Amino acid sequence: MNSNLLIVRKTLITHNEKAYFGRRYTISASHRLHAETLSAEENRATYGKCNNPHGHGHNYVVEVLVGGAVDAETGMVVNMAALDAVVRARVVERFDHANLNLDPLFVNRVPTTENLCRVIFGLLKPALPAGELVRVRVEETENNFFECEGE
Amino acid sequence: MIYLTRRATFSASHYYWNPSWSGEKNEQVFGRCANRNGHGHNYTLEVTVAGDVDPVTGFVVDLKWLKDVIEREVLAAWDHRHLNLEAPEFAATASAALIPTTENLAIAAWKRLDPAVKAAGGAHLNRVRVYETPEIFAEFRGEA
Repeated sequence: MNSNLLIVRKTLITHNEKAYFGRRYTISASHRLHAETLSAEENRATYGKCNNPHGHGHNYVVEVLVGGAVDAETGMVVNMAALDAVVRARVVERFDHANLNLDPLFVNRVPTTENLCRVIFGLLKPALPAGELVRVRVEETENNFFECEGE
Repeated sequence: MIYLTRRATFSASHYYWNPSWSGEKNEQVFGRCANRNGHGHNYTLEVTVAGDVDPVTGFVVDLKWLKDVIEREVLAAWDHRHLNLEAPEFAATASAALIPTTENLAIAAWKRLDPAVKAAGGAHLNRVRVYETPEIFAEFRGEA
């Protein structure tokens, strides 16, 4: 292939449109919603069943949304295998089949799904292999979910 | 402003291959997706349009119209096709073939839909999201 043809080809293929890549992961974990600063009665009133002393668990779905220019050579915003490796190492291995209340990140933070969402955003934000973390969504059950965009 | 989303499904085969790379590099970057015999998915396409509610009909757009646009502009070209071989944007025989990643599918679907939505006036295309599996999706919002 001569160089002119190569340039034409590259020009035609190249586009830098911004797109978003989303990926869903599942983690199963237990937690108990209990604020140390509230009395037993206040905790009960605030958290209801979620305050039961021995905790309970969920199958959480963590949805990660990465934004960025589509790489002209790969057609990708981020390589999924590289993203999977980061999310597994920083989030899945940390929280899957674990008790969230015992994680150091939740020592002074009630492990509500709002807080889990923010914590996961903070763990992933500096570690992405490409693109920018746009949003983390955590589904606690199929009927409730929480989103964090780092604001 | 109201956002209205219509879902459609299509099934297609594809593989990932950058012809300017060695076979080894393609396999290293794309893994099993580089298998030249291809593989397939049941894709879900989500098309979101945004606009004001028409005071007479109560519609942002007529859903039947949107369904027909999606079928005519996207599904007719991609459903039950091998994307690398049959979809114009991705056909390997074209001189400027794009790799049919989920990202590029979202962008290509937008480019197919946008002129028809614009021509109708009223609502505008807000987002196109393509699910390759229930766990993997890409979206395009028309940003440069």
